[in-house]
Amino acid sequence: MSAREIPATYATRLGDNALILGQRMIELVAASPELEEELANANFSLDYLGQARLFYTYAGECEGAGRTEDDFAFQRPEQEYRNLLLVEQPNGHFGDSTVRSVLFESWYVLLLDALTRCDDEGIAAIAARAIKEVRYHLRHSSQWLVRLGDGTGESHARAQASLDDLWRFTGEMFAADALDDAMLGEFNGPDLVAIEAEWRSNVAAIITEATLELPDDQWMASGGKQGEHTEHFGFLLAEMQYLQRTYPGAEW
Amino acid sequence: MSKQEWPLYEVFIRSRAGLSHRHAGSVHAADDEMALSNARDTYTRRTEGVSIWVVRSEQIVASDPAETAAFFEPAEDKIYRHPTFYEIPDEVENL
Repeated sequence: MSAREIPATYATRLGDNALILGQRMIELVAASPELEEELANANFSLDYLGQARLFYTYAGECEGAGRTEDDFAFQRPEQEYRNLLLVEQPNGHFGDSTVRSVLFESWYVLLLDALTRCDDEGIAAIAARAIKEVRYHLRHSSQWLVRLGDGTGESHARAQASLDDLWRFTGEMFAADALDDAMLGEFNGPDLVAIEAEWRSNVAAIITEATLELPDDQWMASGGKQGEHTEHFGFLLAEMQYLQRTYPGAEW
Repeated sequence: MSKQEWPLYEVFIRSRAGLSHRHAGSVHAADDEMALSNARDTYTRRTEGVSIWVVRSEQIVASDPAETAAFFEPAEDKIYRHPTFYEIPDEVENL
């Protein structure tokens, strides 16, 4: 990979995580259990879309082929998205989407924190901005997980089931591939081994406070970072890309 | 089963350092932490604030509308309590 290709590809992957989780949260608009939660969810979703725009725009600049943020978001086929499988999982019920947020955001804040110190100035600057938003998201989602876990018998059982169900998508966050290695080796990027240890400790603390059980070590799903997605992803893309696919080049 | 409403909280926001907190509105929340989050998400989306107070609405002691006359009207004819009988020098800009 050429020097500029590494940050370009890496920024695209970061943009994919933000865009796809943002899209999942947009699906929840007008479906929240409370008005205040509705506003919070929409705010967070827009935070993620904003991060995706920054990462894609920067990826386009690094790449130098004239691709815009819209090209990245709406003109790529499924196999070119490199987001984690975790963020594309369906919203399910409130406990499912809460657990998904907790697991992802507790990893994402550590990743962004490491990226603020990396040698690629563009990615470091976007990370410094994004981490403020995600710290708040994590505060919000983890407080909810504690309420659900330490709530009623039913909320506890459902939160535990959500946690057990989504746990298999967490291994991918720490499985370094060639791009992660290149980012670490050449740009002083995140060390996923160190992040995993800290993540496990932080997540265990939240889960313990929520009176839930940490799931056992198990088989982990992977493939998102290589463009191999779960069956839900095609439907998400079909809806998200519909307008640009039907009316190519349409503008607001 | 009828839905149980969360308690109401009043929200006060300081728009910038040096100003006092002002009442911004109210939110429903199950506990104090959630009230603070909900206030942040509802009332500071457009950079309205640098500090938030929330307080359970039921904790606020309010004057009785029926006693408005006894409470406030006696002050209406005490114009000497307003510092309006002074010549203000031109040099004084902010008063």
